[in-house]
Amino acid sequence: MNESEFVLVLASIFLQASPLMIAVAGEALTERAGVVNLSLDGSMLMSAMTGFVVAYTTDNIWLGFLAAALVGAFFALIVAFGSIYLKQSQVAIGFVLTLLGDDLSAFLGQNFVRLPGPSFSKFTIPLLSEIPILGPIFFDQNVIFYFAVILALVTYWWLFRTQPGLHLRASGERPDAAFARGVNVNRVRYLYTVLGGALVGIAGASYSLAIKIGWSDGHTRGFGWIALAIVIFGGWSPIRGAVGAVLFGATKAMATYLQRAFPEVSVVAFNSIPWILMIAVLLVVGSDFTERFTAILPKPLQGPVRQLLRVAPPMALGNTFGEDP
Amino acid sequence: MRVELNEIRKYFGPVKANDGITITFEEGNIYGLLGENGAGKSTLMKILSGFQPFDSGELLLNGSDATFTSPREALAAGIGMLYQEPLDLPPFTILDNYLLGRDNKVIPDRQAAIQELIELTQRYNFDVDIKAHIDSLSVGERQQLELVRLLAGGAEVLILDEPTTGISAEQKDLLFASMRKLAKEENKTLILVSHKLSEVQELCDHAFVLRKGQMVGETDVPCPNEKLVEMMFGQLPERSPRPSVSLEDTMLSIKEMAIRTYRLSVEGLQLDVRSGEVIGLAGLEGSGQGLFLKACAGLLRPAKGSIQLADKDITNHSYHATLAEGVGYLAAGRLEEGLVAGLTLTEHMILGALERKFMIDWESSREETSKRIEHYQVIGTEASTADQLSGGNQQRLLFSLLNTPLRLILMEQPTRGLDVRSADYIWEQLYERRKDGTAIIFISPDLDEILDRSDRIAVFYGGQMLKVVEASETNVDELGHLIGGEL
Repeated sequence: MNESEFVLVLASIFLQASPLMIAVAGEALTERAGVVNLSLDGSMLMSAMTGFVVAYTTDNIWLGFLAAALVGAFFALIVAFGSIYLKQSQVAIGFVLTLLGDDLSAFLGQNFVRLPGPSFSKFTIPLLSEIPILGPIFFDQNVIFYFAVILALVTYWWLFRTQPGLHLRASGERPDAAFARGVNVNRVRYLYTVLGGALVGIAGASYSLAIKIGWSDGHTRGFGWIALAIVIFGGWSPIRGAVGAVLFGATKAMATYLQRAFPEVSVVAFNSIPWILMIAVLLVVGSDFTERFTAILPKPLQGPVRQLLRVAPPMALGNTFGEDP
Repeated sequence: MRVELNEIRKYFGPVKANDGITITFEEGNIYGLLGENGAGKSTLMKILSGFQPFDSGELLLNGSDATFTSPREALAAGIGMLYQEPLDLPPFTILDNYLLGRDNKVIPDRQAAIQELIELTQRYNFDVDIKAHIDSLSVGERQQLELVRLLAGGAEVLILDEPTTGISAEQKDLLFASMRKLAKEENKTLILVSHKLSEVQELCDHAFVLRKGQMVGETDVPCPNEKLVEMMFGQLPERSPRPSVSLEDTMLSIKEMAIRTYRLSVEGLQLDVRSGEVIGLAGLEGSGQGLFLKACAGLLRPAKGSIQLADKDITNHSYHATLAEGVGYLAAGRLEEGLVAGLTLTEHMILGALERKFMIDWESSREETSKRIEHYQVIGTEASTADQLSGGNQQRLLFSLLNTPLRLILMEQPTRGLDVRSADYIWEQLYERRKDGTAIIFISPDLDEILDRSDRIAVFYGGQMLKVVEASETNVDELGHLIGGEL
């Protein structure tokens, strides 16, 4: 692999990771507020389909994204309503919605399969894109990549630096304490479930309108589950989640590269590499390992490193909250 | 601030939690609120602090009518409540925890908040590392932070619910000193909800006693203990005397045991327990006593050392193998670790039986269950599920599930959630078992319980069994210092 080829591969890894970064940021917001929206795979398919169909018929890509965001938000609203108002299992509702989204998108999108449609293109940032190596990777990218990066930074800032972010996290950690401090827990949960769903919708549309342009049956199948896994893997942080999405993309690219290098080995073997690595990382991050590891570091480093590696799900994730503690 | 409660009523279905309570709290005083479990103390305080609305009655703050729909409104009106288990956010940093609900700008002013925090903690001599996370702090430190937060939020009336459970003597002294300062120098109104008479006597100016949802008496304190007890219970309950049992041979022998987890290493554990002996394990939460108990039950594998039960070496036995040797274990988390929420009492009995049959003999199981229900005074039927029982009854159910005979009973917080009488009953049953030579080891955050119920007390501090003392030769004060690491 020569240098320009390498740069191309890297640029493509970041581009491919962008929709995942968006979905992960959305789901991280939702889960930090205490709700699991398990419908990601189905709602991404629905929004990818809707986004493409709307953009195709109106010939307006922005309308496509808007429609996709609304579809994602609607799916999330069902999860929120079912779990907060009806007090039903979030997992069950999300799961059924996943199955529904898969079939419904295939049905509604059947007349729009494999049509050429509008799409986002590259936006070259002047000057910055001329930096060797980094320029072509980061600053000569599709618009969706810039959006994903900015979104990850903004959601992180929102979560950890603002008062509404505190309200959000408190609702997911200890709703009764949040309530005592004046947080309207269920309103917060509705808000961020729907907002997170809208972002998942945008993620779905960014496949059909920017990354994997067009629509076909099961167009984004699997990516919703990957996003859900990356949320956990990224410790419910949009930035770590973004890094996770890129690493995931990198292992996929590596699998493709290895496939070419060892044509005699079965394709299936290489395709499973990213999953195995992901499980391995989850095992390491979720076990005592981080505590053991930080314990051997010099004292001043321990705090920041533990903070960096600290992965714990929001304590009240998946619990319903009735205002009677 | 002067708080008047007039004819406050709060019913939960047929239960009259508060049945027309009239109390006035004047500013600058420290009040004690006493009563058995279920007397209505917590309901009344939840009403006062905005957690629950009342059905009828009147709440006056400095003479003017007030109603709250949330704790936040109550705090804005000047009433703050400190819970036994601090109502904070363990995964947050101290600063984030402080900022939540305090500074309501979209982007909070962190520098100002840090200044405020430092100032307030210094004013009350609290020593907390501002950079830490809440979950790295002790219960005492978390209470201090809650207190600071409530004061910063403008609390003029502070309600403290059993604030001394699980904190060291040093932290207790500090807490009491700041409570006095708040009442006497800053003219706040303080209400201490407690069942510990000694604390009320030590700290309060005046005490109110509730029984069955009604105010049954008040008195200036200090006063004779008997007076308070009589108001609380109607008559003087005698604490069941501890029958003396001749302690026989060694039942459990721990030698050179070490337990290592990434959080805490417990080293050099050495203990001989004779049959019929009751050993209380004292210590602040996470000092190693919990790990020790789990290791004895076979739930944790010790890194080194040996455990001998009667004449058998049970080191490295699994939990189930340990139980088969005649050991009973009661965990602190009733519904989490001890009981299965959806199963009936009969099914629990069958699960716990040592003899495993493929087909269940329902009839005799039901019979056995109803026998145990009666014996342990569980309010429920063979067919009720564990989660339908109240907390106290769940605890009684746990005891009823212990098989007989046993060589050793290991318990975490055996009387958590039980009132004095129920706790007494449970202990009578336990004493009964000592006669067969059963040894008992238990953990409790309540030093009084440890002192009254044990023959010997093993004090844990920072992963060490600091000292083993004879219960008859020590007192609560000494224990309080020992669990804080002061020898």
